[in-house]
Amino acid sequence: MTLSRPTRVVLLLALIVGLAVVYIPLLVVVVNSFNVDATFAWPPDHLTTEWWSKAIDNTGARDAIWTSVKAGLLATLVALILGTLAAFALARFRFFGRDAVSLLVILPIALPGIVTGIALNNAFRTVIGIELGFVTLVIAHATFCIVVVFNNVIARLRRLGGNFEEASMDLGADTFTTFRLVTFPMLRSALLAGGLLAFALSFDEIIVTTFTAGAEIQTLPIWIFNNLFRPNQAPIVNVVGSALIVLSVIPIYLAQRLSGETSGGRL
Amino acid sequence: MHRLLGLDPGLDRDQGLTREEEAELRGRQRWLAAPEPSTMTATTTEREGADGGVLTAARRGKRSVSAFLDRNPRVRLGGLLAAPFFWLGIAYLGALAALFISAFWTTDTFTGDIVRSWTLDNFRTLLNEDVYRTITIRTIWVAALVTVADAIIAFPMAFYMAKIASPRAQKILVVAILMPLWASYLVKAYAWRIMLSEGGVIDWAFNPFGIGSPGYGLTATVLTLGYMWLPFMILPIYAGLERLPNSLMEASSDLGARPARTFRTVVLPMAFPAVVAGSIFTFSLTLGDYIAVRIVGGTNQLLGNVVYDNIGAANNLPFAAAMATVPVVIMLIYLWAVRRTGALENL
Amino acid sequence: MRTVRRALVAAAASTALIAAACGTSSDDSSSSSEEPGTGGFQPPDLQAKTSVGEGEGQLNILAWPGYAEDGSTDPKVDWVTPFEEETGCNVNVKVFGTSDEAVSLMKTGEYDVVSASGDASLRLIAAGDVEPVNTDLVPNYKDVWPFLKDRPWNTVNGVNYGVPHGWGANLLMWNTDVVKPAPKSWGVVFDGGSKYSGEVTAYDSPIYIADAALYLMKHQPDLGIEDPYALDDDQLAAAVDLLKQQRQNVGEYWSDYLKEIQAFKSGSSVVGTTWQVIVNLAEADAPVKAILPEEGSTGWSDTWMVSANSDHKNCAYMWMNHIISPEANAQVAEWFGEAPANRKACALTANKDHCDIYHAGDAAYASKIHWWTTPIAQCLDGRTDVQCTDYSDWTQAWTEIKG
Repeated sequence: MTLSRPTRVVLLLALIVGLAVVYIPLLVVVVNSFNVDATFAWPPDHLTTEWWSKAIDNTGARDAIWTSVKAGLLATLVALILGTLAAFALARFRFFGRDAVSLLVILPIALPGIVTGIALNNAFRTVIGIELGFVTLVIAHATFCIVVVFNNVIARLRRLGGNFEEASMDLGADTFTTFRLVTFPMLRSALLAGGLLAFALSFDEIIVTTFTAGAEIQTLPIWIFNNLFRPNQAPIVNVVGSALIVLSVIPIYLAQRLSGETSGGRL
Repeated sequence: MHRLLGLDPGLDRDQGLTREEEAELRGRQRWLAAPEPSTMTATTTEREGADGGVLTAARRGKRSVSAFLDRNPRVRLGGLLAAPFFWLGIAYLGALAALFISAFWTTDTFTGDIVRSWTLDNFRTLLNEDVYRTITIRTIWVAALVTVADAIIAFPMAFYMAKIASPRAQKILVVAILMPLWASYLVKAYAWRIMLSEGGVIDWAFNPFGIGSPGYGLTATVLTLGYMWLPFMILPIYAGLERLPNSLMEASSDLGARPARTFRTVVLPMAFPAVVAGSIFTFSLTLGDYIAVRIVGGTNQLLGNVVYDNIGAANNLPFAAAMATVPVVIMLIYLWAVRRTGALENL
Repeated sequence: MRTVRRALVAAAASTALIAAACGTSSDDSSSSSEEPGTGGFQPPDLQAKTSVGEGEGQLNILAWPGYAEDGSTDPKVDWVTPFEEETGCNVNVKVFGTSDEAVSLMKTGEYDVVSASGDASLRLIAAGDVEPVNTDLVPNYKDVWPFLKDRPWNTVNGVNYGVPHGWGANLLMWNTDVVKPAPKSWGVVFDGGSKYSGEVTAYDSPIYIADAALYLMKHQPDLGIEDPYALDDDQLAAAVDLLKQQRQNVGEYWSDYLKEIQAFKSGSSVVGTTWQVIVNLAEADAPVKAILPEEGSTGWSDTWMVSANSDHKNCAYMWMNHIISPEANAQVAEWFGEAPANRKACALTANKDHCDIYHAGDAAYASKIHWWTTPIAQCLDGRTDVQCTDYSDWTQAWTEIKG
């Protein structure tokens, strides 16, 4: 598009300012993880790596990260299956209630997290009568992760169209073989992108988790929440946060490469 | 029959292959890929499959299941939908229904146990007490401000990324936008608390210009929430603008429109659904948020806080449920209103 | 098509019906025919244990912050690890900020023991969330000061429901660099609050209304308030007005004690209600001081109670015995800044004057503190001509005050 030079410059400036706004708080977190003052006076007087070494030894943080990873993987797995099924249903068929189903899939993420949280909490504890624990946590996370996978898969299915499947069936492959050898390979990158985003959502989720994890389960956000204001632990929280920021480049970059779409997947 | 069921006509399947057709297919396959000699001596009771392998009973079973599925699209649809529908439709909707039914009950004020007698008291309190109306309006205001602020910041960024940046730069920029999503929400909120405190980063940066930090309050809340949800606004707009063909804009300028006009009459309307899609996230996330308010909001309460306080401290699930209907109703209205803009396709 | 639609509707309707039927927990708590009150209600018929056996290996404690320290706040402050080593009961501590949170967390049934203040204990007893405690099974109980035993908030109809932990008053804390001259009255956060507008803090719980009522009791005697927890509609309205005025000067309300510490350290709060433990922790990095103002104060007298649904009752009894043992009770009393329940703890405190400072054995002094109690409709000050406001009125008023 032929945009005038000044317009391009203005837009570039807007981009830079925007990125600055996005990254300054993150920079504050990283700097504070080295800040010798536990109350984070600014600007920091001295820098120290004390917090980083303490963080590595901190079993609470390590356990919490591991719990979050486990919960995230399981929730993503469930979401992948259910999201793909739903995406196929909506992309390949037209049936009554189609709009309702597509609204239903969006609902867990469109409704405020606290509503989903207390609804599931009430359902688990009083309607069904099971105790809160790891399983309830995974169920809750899977519920709102479905939509992320769904969006990615359905976008890909729409783009692909039904021709490949038809051709495969014409050549004599049955439904399952077709799925295995034709459809799935083409969906793989969308599944990966959706799965990664779902994992990210689950990893950082605090509101629904508060209501559906048992008393003994500490995911990373819960651990952070409990330690945010504790004078000895707050710096470690910053360390954990900084580590997350830096490490997150890896999965995002992967998602980008594999999805083939430059937007790195649909939310 | 298929048309009545509204099936995609392109997917009408045949009634399976006849024996002659199968034989012909086998012949063609054999011609294409010479099978191993051992399979040529397979007993005549075993039939060969299309890929040249031996068709055992299991694979014959699988084939017939597949053929059955081919012939019955409704079963296929049912099979696909069963699990998600059960999970979301029955379990999740059921949980929501159970919650909202409890809004019609009350709690024993002393013991905190729920008394299951039907009453409209909770809703009456919601409507009559001014404070809840105030809180609701305040929350909607904050959500609207956050949405607008995010849209204004996100649009130029997304436009640059989609239309002006080189493909390599695009990839890097997308990674740059997505990275903050992985940084913990709480860590970011706390960072803002520190930044906004007296003597914090904002004071330090803006004092030379004579402005200070707004302190903890609604402004801080809008800033923090706007910051948190920015990637959720940038991504859909970016995806939407990417889908906008450059040729349209070129055609518009060929026809004599200046860039501003092109932007106003071509780009904006086409990107609008994407903006609305992003707004669904920012609006809904703000409506239910109670954590950021507690961290940077000072004494303010938003809808989410009332729900949270009632379900936690006050142990009044029915009232919390009644209060929770407010954001749900707001979001449902919002979703219904934006359906027609096609934003739901852009999510 | 129509059949599909009918099926969907039927499914939705049946789901709703099932949900309604199963719905929420059934009400099997005490009868509501009698007005609940201190001793005036009938708690559910639960039995105390008759013997303490082997530890179950696990204990989930629900505690006020500072009551069950396991070394994570300060490595030198730890009376949980010795307990774990001695009994083999692996401890998980959950900390809460207000009595309301304690009551609602106990309802989940996930915790075995709770340190309940007077405004939580009766509610827990009435709901059947805690069971009677056989004090014969707690050897250290005999050394607890008599004036803490068999009080209305821990004993109903002669049945004990817990062991006393300790008691203390809510204090007024201020930043000595900012707040001058040193305040002597609660007036600095009420009428005089505008001087520190935006930097006043207050406790974020409806029970704080009692603090306002106490202030009015001393400064506006014609309102006729005798007991800050027995407020009729007019008296409550007066207290609410005072608090709404205060709200304009409040920067933040606190229920998480760590948030208050951080606020005083960073200077965003300079004066407000506090607990001694907060003063002790904040002193290290901020110039703060605290006093019990001249009007007196509200306070708490805490009781350790055993959950009726606990799976770890043996460990629970072992914990109760441990926490009121002279050594542990002395440690927690010093750390938190309160008067210990066990007489013998006074000899073991690091600061030999600790018990004098906190008036540990002084029953007369203790009787002047207005302990946290749940307000009920039946007036606690004995008035029968009016109905007093109950806790749900206070909760609603509190939401209104915060705005």
